[in-house]
Amino acid sequence: MKLKALFNKLVSLFVLFPLAAQAEWGLNLRQGATEISQKVYDLHMFTLWIMVAIGIVVFGLIFWSIFYHRKSRGVKPAKFSHSTTVEIIWTAIPIIIIIALAVPATKLLIAMHDTSGSQVTLKATGHQWKWQYDYLDEGLTLFSNLDEKSQEIRQLKSGLNPQDHENYLLDVDQPIVLPINTKVRILTTSNDVNHAWWVPDLGWKRDAIPGFTNDNWAIIEKEGTYRGQCAELCGKDHGFMPIVVKAVPMDEYKIWVAEMKAAQDAKKNTANIVLTKEELMTQGEAVYKKVCLACHQANGQGVQGVFPALAGSAVAIDPANRLGHIHRIIYGKNLMPAFGEQLSDVEIAAVTTYERNAWGNNTGDEVQAKEVSEARNK
Amino acid sequence: MAAKTDIKKTSLVLAAITVLMFGFGYALVPLYNVFCEITGLNGNKAISVVSETESSEIAQDRWVDVQFDSNVNGDLPWRMKAKQINMKVQPGKFYEATFTVENMKNNDVVGQAIPSVSPSQASLYFKKSECFCFVNQLLKAKETKDMVVRFEVDKDLPEAVEVITLSYTFFRAKAGNS
Amino acid sequence: MSTLAHEHDHAPSGLKRWLCSTNHKDIGTLYLIFALTMFFVGGAMAMVIRAELFEPGLQYVDPQFYNSMVTVHALVMIFGAVMPAGVGLANWMIPLMIGAPDMALPRMNNMSFWILPFGFALLLSTLFMDGGAPAGGWTMYPPLVLQTGDAFPFLIFAVHFLGISSIMGAINIIATVFNMRAPGMTLMKMPLFVWTWVITSFLLIASLPVLAGAVTMLLTDKYFGTSFFDAAGGGDPVMFQHIFWFFGHPEVYILALPAFGIISQVIPAFARKPLFGYASMVYATASIALLSFVVWAHHMFTVGMPLKGELFFMYATMLIAVPTGVKVFNWMATMWRGAMTFETPMLFAIAFVILFTIGGFSGVMLGMTPVDFQYHDTYFVVAHFHYVLLTGAVFALMSAVYYWLPKWTGYMYDEKLGKIHFWLSAISSNVLFFPQHFLGLAGMPRRIPDYNIQFADFNMISSIGGFAYGLSQLLFVYIVIKCALGGKKAKDRVWEGAKGLEWYVPSPAPHHTFETPPKLTKEMLEH
Repeated sequence: MKLKALFNKLVSLFVLFPLAAQAEWGLNLRQGATEISQKVYDLHMFTLWIMVAIGIVVFGLIFWSIFYHRKSRGVKPAKFSHSTTVEIIWTAIPIIIIIALAVPATKLLIAMHDTSGSQVTLKATGHQWKWQYDYLDEGLTLFSNLDEKSQEIRQLKSGLNPQDHENYLLDVDQPIVLPINTKVRILTTSNDVNHAWWVPDLGWKRDAIPGFTNDNWAIIEKEGTYRGQCAELCGKDHGFMPIVVKAVPMDEYKIWVAEMKAAQDAKKNTANIVLTKEELMTQGEAVYKKVCLACHQANGQGVQGVFPALAGSAVAIDPANRLGHIHRIIYGKNLMPAFGEQLSDVEIAAVTTYERNAWGNNTGDEVQAKEVSEARNK
Repeated sequence: MAAKTDIKKTSLVLAAITVLMFGFGYALVPLYNVFCEITGLNGNKAISVVSETESSEIAQDRWVDVQFDSNVNGDLPWRMKAKQINMKVQPGKFYEATFTVENMKNNDVVGQAIPSVSPSQASLYFKKSECFCFVNQLLKAKETKDMVVRFEVDKDLPEAVEVITLSYTFFRAKAGNS
Repeated sequence: MSTLAHEHDHAPSGLKRWLCSTNHKDIGTLYLIFALTMFFVGGAMAMVIRAELFEPGLQYVDPQFYNSMVTVHALVMIFGAVMPAGVGLANWMIPLMIGAPDMALPRMNNMSFWILPFGFALLLSTLFMDGGAPAGGWTMYPPLVLQTGDAFPFLIFAVHFLGISSIMGAINIIATVFNMRAPGMTLMKMPLFVWTWVITSFLLIASLPVLAGAVTMLLTDKYFGTSFFDAAGGGDPVMFQHIFWFFGHPEVYILALPAFGIISQVIPAFARKPLFGYASMVYATASIALLSFVVWAHHMFTVGMPLKGELFFMYATMLIAVPTGVKVFNWMATMWRGAMTFETPMLFAIAFVILFTIGGFSGVMLGMTPVDFQYHDTYFVVAHFHYVLLTGAVFALMSAVYYWLPKWTGYMYDEKLGKIHFWLSAISSNVLFFPQHFLGLAGMPRRIPDYNIQFADFNMISSIGGFAYGLSQLLFVYIVIKCALGGKKAKDRVWEGAKGLEWYVPSPAPHHTFETPPKLTKEMLEH
């Protein structure tokens, strides 16, 4: 069955190749959405064509030799073994070509380093495995995780088809919004290991390193949604922490910021929400899928030797550890990140309830937001 | 057949180079720091604490925007916030900025802050006379502390730099490193 | 012919011959067999990688194990396959090429080989540990590598052992070449293969101890409270990258220079024409080696360096294209107006020149900082270094094996099968790696186990190429075994146009050669 599907796929691959070549197959660097990305593309093409030209000459001469200077044609080998003139020429020509490439590259690099005149500053902080964004001028913080649909499909042997999701692994639960035609400084740093923030349409990537703040900038010229990924190996889920940037006009951006800030404030005051056990379990499962599942796995078994199991673990079933359990989520421990800032009281309450009742951890415990709020002060 | 002594000599010289290069690997650590101080590489290395001498010539018409940013690394249960989002400063003058740091946990925790200045070319011109970084800071259970940095932007700061971000990251202090 | 060799030729037999051997030919054989074994171990991991990437979605392995495969594949291929294969060839051929009876330090030679299996036992045992094998990439960047579980000390000590082995091999080669050349074999008369190995050996001695230092710092950072790379203690994770690549870039040439040497032996032999520009070849090799110590930061442009730093490393990197270009042009001119035949070694050598040059083109592109910000850590880089390492270094090693195999075994290999092996390898490796250029440009990062559907088609093609390449190498094993067991007797001078002292000893080369230094004639010194 699978073989047949594979066969069909291969047939379509080769039959459709000429048709599909232009449309869907990304063959080349993207021209992107900024002046810089366009210039990077131009320099890439310029270099590429020079390389192609050198290739044609060098490979052409080699193939000429192969066809005409072969023993089977009865040629007698020449005896020459050096020629100072020729050697000087072919040392000089590469030097000239290199200079021809270095000049535009230097100009472009200087332009890329010029962060002056920026109006908005965004800080992207890499976490294992999500991005945190701070709009420094606005005091707005948000987290961006892999979207739920991709999350489900990408589980090992999930049986779900990635073809059903156009933006598979390139979508997030909370995209960021940036204004167009505005110089945005984008700072990158990390909370744990090295990451790299890369949206190809902006024309660059930059490492996110703990303790360091790198900066770069972009003026996005076209409205649209631009997608990217983490580009520095950062552990198990390196491939699953995409970046989505929505570029909109300045006034829309301002409205979005205001809405997000209101939502951020609302999240701070959830201590008094009371939910039923069922509501806690459904919300808890959703939170678990979003932020816990990557390490502790869908079945709560974790990964042996790296990420501890929650199913049957003392932290999640022992009544004496109930507060410890909540604290672990709020503050983290070693590899386990702190979620106190990212999750609201009610979200932490829900996920704690879920973890204490799922996968046979049938403690019957019900944790409400108030308890979490109090735990923050204990 | 070559003399055995020649072979021995060559091998000993090469073994000595090997040992030297192993040492050189370690020598790269201080060399790298010197290199960073000269070039401003990586932002944080160049920031040495200077004594405060008010510069005589202050560029009256030049204002630089200094942004304050804070990070808490890994599993350190602290919250850190700059009291001011940004400050307009004049190169050559000293200013004071305050960060509020809060230990959210009910036990004592020791942290240590690392500063970073971006853009990196600005780090050579960002001078501090007082800082809470690079030393262990103890926060008692639930304690909140104000931490102060006094700084000056050098008047030789390149014209192109209009915004400087001073970013602190608090790390959990390494055990046995007090 | 055989007056140069000894008539009483009896090698010790049994297990002892191999365990305690101090004979350069036996140790060379051990190195080559070990390298081939590791080539298949690393290759099996590559097959796991390509199988997982065959289709989007996670079908076979979890992401952590995938990362382990990527990491261990690289370490095995670099330290287990390509480097030992080069050392094996050096062991076998350098004494024969310079008229020496053996390597200068035969007992150390034995030790430097037997450290290798031990080092790899350490490394590969981590695959069965709690928390799995190292998964932070072969570049071992902190802080990620410090999250490695029980495998961590094994990784560090394995790297130490492999480094010690290589350094011992390098010392031996230099000691041999400097002290044991036959009278009349002056430095500028030496075959280029010997020259490239001398320069490679200096690179090894200068760069591997630095890696040893860097990984030792990692070890003390993790277990002994130092803070070399830990920002929390005032250290700097980026500094590791600087130190690592100070080793890492010369390492690239440690893999490539012996390949240059091989090609400079093979092409003149089958073009029946002297090597063009011998002296400039030597100087070009030396300048590539020197330049390799001042370009390291081009591997890490995206860490955020000051403008001046980025410019310096960009210019220095682009400069490497000049001596490398000289080499390619010299090979081209060696073929020009020759009388070429196309036996398997020559086919691999020509493919090397063309495909390595393609890798060089993408290398120049990657060296340009502003565009590297796009290429960095994408499949474009993966394509680049596999072009220079697989269709580059490995193809040259294949060429060398076919070239000297009759000298080693005394029998001709099956030329027809050899050619089939070549064509299968050349075609499949291009199907494997060429589409990866497109993947990288279109935006696929490297070291990811799963990808968006827009990358699906090229990944599938690449995987098909990968499986075909992997399978084709089984044919190589068959050819080598068949040749070792028998076949057409090889002449002493196996190839009509082959130059060099090694062709003046009988085929197979007797256990002991040149026990009294040969009297060199003018023909013996041609290249």
